[in-house]
Formats: sequence, C-alpha cells, structure tokens
Amino acid sequence: MTSNTFDIELPLLLEAVYRKYHYDFRGYAAASLKRRLMQAMERFGCRTLSQLQDRLLHEPVLFPTLLDFLTVQVSEMFRDPAYFRALREKVVPLLRTYPSLKVWVAGCSTGEEVYSLAILLLEEGLLERSLIYATDINAGALERAQAGIYDAARIGGFTDNHRKSGARTSLSDYYTAAYGKAVFDKSLKTNIVFADHSLSTDSAFSEVQLVSCRNVLIYFDRQLQDRVLGLFRDSLCRKGFLGLGAKESLRFSSHSYAFSDFVAGDKIFQKEAS
Amino acid sequence: MRFEPLTRGIDAVVIGASAGGVEVLSVLLAQLPRACRVSFFIVMHIPRERPSLLPEVFSTRCVLPVKEAEDKEPAQPGTVYFAPPDYHMLIDRGPALALSGDEPVHFSRPSIDVLFDSAADIYGERLMGLILTGANQDGAEGLAAVGRAGGRTVVQEPRSAAVAYLPEAALQAGPVDAVLAVDQLQGLFAHLGPSNG
Repeated sequence: MTSNTFDIELPLLLEAVYRKYHYDFRGYAAASLKRRLMQAMERFGCRTLSQLQDRLLHEPVLFPTLLDFLTVQVSEMFRDPAYFRALREKVVPLLRTYPSLKVWVAGCSTGEEVYSLAILLLEEGLLERSLIYATDINAGALERAQAGIYDAARIGGFTDNHRKSGARTSLSDYYTAAYGKAVFDKSLKTNIVFADHSLSTDSAFSEVQLVSCRNVLIYFDRQLQDRVLGLFRDSLCRKGFLGLGAKESLRFSSHSYAFSDFVAGDKIFQKEAS
Repeated sequence: MRFEPLTRGIDAVVIGASAGGVEVLSVLLAQLPRACRVSFFIVMHIPRERPSLLPEVFSTRCVLPVKEAEDKEPAQPGTVYFAPPDYHMLIDRGPALALSGDEPVHFSRPSIDVLFDSAADIYGERLMGLILTGANQDGAEGLAAVGRAGGRTVVQEPRSAAVAYLPEAALQAGPVDAVLAVDQLQGLFAHLGPSNG
C-alpha cells in the first residue's frame, strides 16, 4: 500500500521540481531515485514525498540540498584503472593525429574524472592542445570540481589507481597537501572549461573527439539514456570515441548502430564513419 | 515438510549472503529444476575490483542460465542474476535490472538491503527473500521490507550457517515465515518448479 502511494507521489514531485526549478529528473531510473529521495525525506524530516514536495515548493532555500541528494556522485580519480590504461594505449595514439582536441566529460560531478583525464593527457603530451569540457547540472558540484580540492585521506586510493593506469609520472607531482586536503595544481585547469549543462534538457554544444561519461547513464531510464546517447553521437566527430562505465552498455539503446566496440572489455566505443 | 505455502505464486527470489555463501549457494542452486520459471537475484559480498567469477563458478552447478546483471536488462524468468562487484543491483519497473554506484550501505556495495528493498517494491507478495550465512548485518532490514510488502521471508537456520551473524540479525529485524536448515533449503529449491511462476 505504502509503495503504491509513493508511486503516485513520485511523478508529482518530479513535475513540481521541473516546473519550479527547471531541473528535469522525470527520466531518471525510479529505483535509485526512490532511495535517494527517501534519504532526502529523512534529512528534511518529512514523513511522505508529498510533504517533501510541499517544502520544496515553498522553501526554495532547500533545493540545492535536494539537488545534492539527487545528483552528487562520489567518484575516484582513475576509477577502473583499466579504462584509463586502454585510453592511454589504444585511444591516445589516434587522438595524437588531431591538431587540436576536444574532450567532453559529461556529468563530471565533483571533478575526479576530469583531473584524471587532464593528467593523462598531460602525461601523453596532449593537454596543451586539448580543451576539456566538464559539465554537470549541479552548480555546487561544479564549484567543487573547479576548486580541485580533495580529502587527503582519498589520495592513497587515487595514487594506487593512477599507477595502475600506466602512469608516466607520480600523482604527487600534481597536488599540494595541506591541512588534510590535497589541492590540485591550477595549471591543470588552464585547458578545462567547467559548465552547467543538463543531459536531460540541453543540446549538443561542440564537436569533440572523445566523450567520457561513466556511471551516469545507469541513473537514467532507457528513454533518457537514448536521448543522451543521441547527444553523444551528435557531438562526436566521425570516428570519435565514447567511454562508458564498466557496467554500462549500448545493447539496449536504439543508437547502438551508430557505434562499434573499440575496446570492448573497457567500454570504449567508436562512432561509425557513416 | 510442505513448501507450497512458501513458494505459491512466487515470481522472483532475492538472496543475500556474505561469508560462507559460496558453499551453501552451490548446494542450493544445484537443486533448481530445469523447468523453474522464477527469476533469482543474488547479492554476495565479494572484494571489489576483482572481476567476479561467481557466474562462472555457479554456471557449472546450476541447470538454469547464470549471469552477471547488466543495467536496464529485462529480468527473465528461469534465470539467476548476480550483482556485479562494486555496484548496487536494484529491481526497477519492467521488471528490469538497474545498477547504481551510490554510497555503500553497511559498508557494502553491492548491498543486500538495496536489492531487497527495491525488489519488494516491484514484486510485492510475488517475492521470496532468503537470507543465508553472513558476517554483516546488511540484509536484515531488507528482509523485513520484503515481509512488509507481503512477500515470503526465509532465513537459514543460524546453527547451520557458516557464520550465524547475518541470519541472527535477520531474525531480530522482524517476523519471518520460515527458518530452514540447509537440507530443508535444498528441498525448497527443488520445489521451485514451473507451477510457481
């Protein structure tokens, strides 16, 4: 019974959020969304989703906190080192053939993946001629990404991942540790553009050679996944590359025909020439 | 023992286990009849970052197809799905499988609670939840959620479990329909024939 009521309240709340704040979560996968909304209800002391909706509509100051519940992904630098190793060994040699490079990290959250790619491109001598677009819908997360400051306690794991990715340098070359934090070098940011962009409602904005969007699509329903993969297809140059999360696939998408496996085990796809 | 009250009208079984789980699951999955039409969703706590060998290990011991869950994959009857390492596995409308990289629950990702909660929402009374051996409390609350949604709840007899902590936590979290030793669980699995799905 409770769950039926929740199923009525859920689309109403998402519609309210969309109309009031213009953030569109209507295409998010319901099961994960429900867990996150339950956590938000607990935080705001709401017994029901309807109560949460009431507070969100009348207390706009709460919205950024809700946005964090719904969107923030805690990632790691060089998460799944094999993915970065495959980029380095298989994709970089082809990226080298372009006089200038554009890379889109879609749904970058707090920036771990963005800095990982910047460091990888720097190590491969490509950062200077690259532009990395780092986009997310959460302005607070983007600010944290732009700051490039992470808990020092996480650096051990980052360093381990970086090493396994086939690193040519030491991660410690790129940050300064102080007061329990690691501050990443400003020079890494010279070629990064941080921008607000919604995969649900915004369109393609540039032609890029590589899109990296990992563990973002799993939060979307199939219809929204399709929209987003269409955006990636439209953004990628001919023979451009798409990197997805370790457990994401194009199998259930209507755009699967537009891509072929490039490094199948590491979820790197190439846009077909046609 | 009559298993029919436990298995009648069941479309899916969710199973949670940690320490000692491989051994007992091997014995149980080997009992499933080829005609079984139930979907099985299993979370085993395993070290992250290691490619999971669980589907391969169990494929040889089970006549039904055994695979690692893929995101947005429709849940098929007569199939055994394992959560991939380092992702939560959820059941979404469809029913279909969904993965998430959300925070660990009770230090666990995949988490048994996350699977059981989401499956209880989708399957309601057509679900059976089974808690096996384990050294962590993850799964106890999830089983209670299965019960609240009208599903059947089964716990491995703690004395027959390699590690009794999880089954005991599940028994404390709420009323359950049956507490079964391994040989009784084998009988239950053998009974999950075509008439249930």
